[in-house]
Amino acid sequence: MNAPVINPFIIFFASIITSNMVLSNFLGMCSFISVSNEFKTASGLGKSVTLVMVFTTIINYVVYKFIILPLNLEYLRYVIFIIVIAASVQIIELVMDRYLPDLHIKLGIFLPLITVNCAILGISLFMVIRNYNFWQTLLFGLGSGLGWWLAIATLAAIKEKIGKNKIPEGLKGPGLTFIITGLMALAFIGLSGIFVIK
Amino acid sequence: MISEIKTVLNRNLWKENPVIRQILGICSALAVTNLAINSLVMGIGLMFVTALSSFTISLLRNYIPQRIRMIVQTLIIASYVILVDIFLKANLPEISKALGPYIGLIITNCIIMGRAEAFAQKNPPVISFFDGLFAGVGYTVILLGIALVREILGFGTIFGMVIPFVKFTPWTIMVMPPSGFFMIAIFIWISSSIMNKRLNKEKVKK
Repeated sequence: MNAPVINPFIIFFASIITSNMVLSNFLGMCSFISVSNEFKTASGLGKSVTLVMVFTTIINYVVYKFIILPLNLEYLRYVIFIIVIAASVQIIELVMDRYLPDLHIKLGIFLPLITVNCAILGISLFMVIRNYNFWQTLLFGLGSGLGWWLAIATLAAIKEKIGKNKIPEGLKGPGLTFIITGLMALAFIGLSGIFVIK
Repeated sequence: MISEIKTVLNRNLWKENPVIRQILGICSALAVTNLAINSLVMGIGLMFVTALSSFTISLLRNYIPQRIRMIVQTLIIASYVILVDIFLKANLPEISKALGPYIGLIITNCIIMGRAEAFAQKNPPVISFFDGLFAGVGYTVILLGIALVREILGFGTIFGMVIPFVKFTPWTIMVMPPSGFFMIAIFIWISSSIMNKRLNKEKVKK
């Protein structure tokens, strides 16, 4: 379990570009496909995902290090992580409603959706498997959130433009979305080799 | 009863196939499909979880308060996923390692939640069990289809066995993430083209 410690900043950039959550790990696909028709909405969802991701990874890290490991509850970690995620989404919503009502009106509709976003749980599981320390976890969560935001905003922008063209009947809707995503993934892979994380 | 099961089977395998018609559970469908054996194990795991969690949720459907049903459902699903995870770790450690976090991610797989919300909520346990099972089968079939194409073209093997007599340079791209997107796009394209044709024919008949 003595993996070499990777510089947190490398993890940060890698998780935005080369190990992008959606494009190379396929996490958070459900909302990625269904909420990408409008640039504005997509970007709003991206923001909320980034926010929730940073919070939940930090909380899950603390819970994992100080509750799950000492008590030997490894086998319960899925359940605990899910509860932590659901609870922290609720708390974020309450706090936002109290102190940042404008933001809450903008992002509020997305928050419940995020509880079941696989990217959020995925990040916490990757953190455990890769054995990250605190700073690595923090920047990994932030980077992954930003990467997800970048990907969904780009996809929505492309879809808005392409929607006006002639498209084969059977390819309309999700089919086309996957092809665009595939091409985006190819473009992002072109940058691999700059940063490597495993 | 048998006719009910048949309609459920038909609906889940083709008309409302979770992956290619409803676009659910895509995360794992893309991530594990570079090798057929991984997809098979993943599919069986998912079948087990959907079938049993639909059954359990349906059994408890009159006792779960409406307002907290999501979290209760998630907990039921999570406990079955833990069973699958422990089983794989004990018996198939290599595959368990290859699937990595994606086993845990069965919890947030939208297929299971979708079946629970759309079917198990309102129907008796036995038929819910079959509904969940066949949703899992529909998922596995598509996964295996994608995985076979990707494995044959990407590694030149089927279930890890080298294809005899045919020699070609493997397409590295097939092993990498983008091909997953392309393959699923092609599957969706084919299925919705066939679907549209059928709909048009029905319209003409009328």
